Amino acid sequence: MSVVETRPVRGHIEVKNFALSYETIDGSVAAVTNTDIHVNPGEFVSIVGPSGCGKSTFLNAVAGFLKPTEGTITVDGEPVKGPSAERGMVFQQYSLFPWKTVRENVEFGLKMRGMARSQRERAARTLLGLAGLEAFEKHYPERLSGGMKQRVGIVRALATGPKVLLLDEPFGALDAQTRVIMQQILTNMWQRLKISVLFVTHDIDEAIFLSDRVYCMTARPGSIKAEIPIPLERPRQQSMMMSSEFLALRRGLMSLIREESLKAMGGEISDLGMQGLNIELHGQSLADVI
Amino acid sequence: MSSSPALVRHEEAAVVTATEPPASAPVATPAGIGVLAGRWYRLNGDRIRAMLICIASLVVFLLVWHLLTKYRVVFFVRFTNVPSPLAVYDSFARAIHDPKFLLHIALSCRRILLGFSLAALVGVPLGLVMGRFKLVHEVIFPVSEVLRPIPAIAWVPMAIMLWPTNEQSIVFITFLGSFFPILVNTLHGMTLVDPVLVRAARCLGARETSIFREVYFPASLPHIFTGLTIGMGVAWVSLIAAEMISGQYGIGYFTWEAYSLVQYPDIALGMIAIGVLGLASSLLIRAVGRLAMPWGRA
Repeated sequence: MSVVETRPVRGHIEVKNFALSYETIDGSVAAVTNTDIHVNPGEFVSIVGPSGCGKSTFLNAVAGFLKPTEGTITVDGEPVKGPSAERGMVFQQYSLFPWKTVRENVEFGLKMRGMARSQRERAARTLLGLAGLEAFEKHYPERLSGGMKQRVGIVRALATGPKVLLLDEPFGALDAQTRVIMQQILTNMWQRLKISVLFVTHDIDEAIFLSDRVYCMTARPGSIKAEIPIPLERPRQQSMMMSSEFLALRRGLMSLIREESLKAMGGEISDLGMQGLNIELHGQSLADVI
Repeated sequence: MSSSPALVRHEEAAVVTATEPPASAPVATPAGIGVLAGRWYRLNGDRIRAMLICIASLVVFLLVWHLLTKYRVVFFVRFTNVPSPLAVYDSFARAIHDPKFLLHIALSCRRILLGFSLAALVGVPLGLVMGRFKLVHEVIFPVSEVLRPIPAIAWVPMAIMLWPTNEQSIVFITFLGSFFPILVNTLHGMTLVDPVLVRAARCLGARETSIFREVYFPASLPHIFTGLTIGMGVAWVSLIAAEMISGQYGIGYFTWEAYSLVQYPDIALGMIAIGVLGLASSLLIRAVGRLAMPWGRA
């Protein structure tokens, strides 16, 4: 694979000393503290962590929807001030405009930029072709499957030519089979487009399979617990998920996350609750117990 | 792909069968007319059944009406003076050539058109703006909540005082009747707009006015049309009441006048005309709604 590779020069995310807290009646509650991450131009970086750890909050801050309480977020040296088409975002809930056809959805960002109709139509068609969705350009999102909706969502986010792509558990609502296919499509598209990606997920396999680097977050308030480089070769194939290298990475990340998940569930599983798991039923069935 | 020989063989087999015409595929041979009719009936049977029942139920209704009036049944309610369906039909046949009757209908339609259009033109934008800007909502909502429970008919004396002509006060009553359902439903639609869609639009570079036009408005359209449908219904209710009280023309006045002049068949004719006009206008709104929201069709 010695194609002449042009190194991407834009899409460098730098987050320093990041902290975000909410004001409540009992004072401020920290959602994310003390977080430093960076994404190099053209790099695929994931953040994994237990649910509720603040990884989505963090991503929303990078997108510009939330203001950090402390610290700075810059993209190519420019501080993030609010949402912008420079940072394309893909949401878990698909978030396609139901009143627009697939192509109109993809065109939206270009329309906002004031591009002429015929020009943006052509651009949208090309992009839809890349994702194998040309045949569905006139469909309304309602008629698409979840996987197709999310492909449109990704294409739509890419259409404006953003510096970075932010994905917030984009495959979280998909069934396991579709999810695997979507991961393959995403890694393939990333390989061709060489765009910087910041990907948030709770799925460890997904993070390893897709990423160059994985940040592992602690339970709430979230902070970076570990940074794990993924040295698997590119292009990634599904078969790699069985390799000993992959499994070793998986074991490592798994134990990191498990610790944090237990911490996060601390309130739910008390010591007493854990004892319940050990009560001996002496072969009684459910009917005997009740 | 070459990990398992079994898999490869299976794929080859699949390729081979794919090149041959599959034997069991449904070939489009010209079927007999009987077969086609049977198939058509299986596909449309439910609709035909519903249609037949619909016709039958209307026929039974007319029949019962006819019998009740023919024998002048008095059983708690008195059908002594109630016109028979045939008498109503006679009066309909006469009225259809009577310019005065057509004028009644035309005037009612004009009042509905004016009152309802004004209500939509004010109610929809106001609801959208109230849904978007908190201050507007906070200022207008209390006033609207105080006025909303007052039935439009209760406004009749006040309307007569407010407006110089009868015509204007009737249009005003019609406007009031449809205004609040339209406003409230538009506002409701605005509160239900999915915030993720707004965020998605922001991420794609949309500014405030574009978000309003491209997200909030279309997202609220289903509720706006619900409001318009309800508003149209209430507009007719208010119009008929206003015409009965203070009108000189209009289908509501026609119906009331028929009673005063002991033209009993015309009472039923007026009622049926009102029902047909109300149904037609709500169908019209539904049709416009379908055109405006092509994505709603499954």
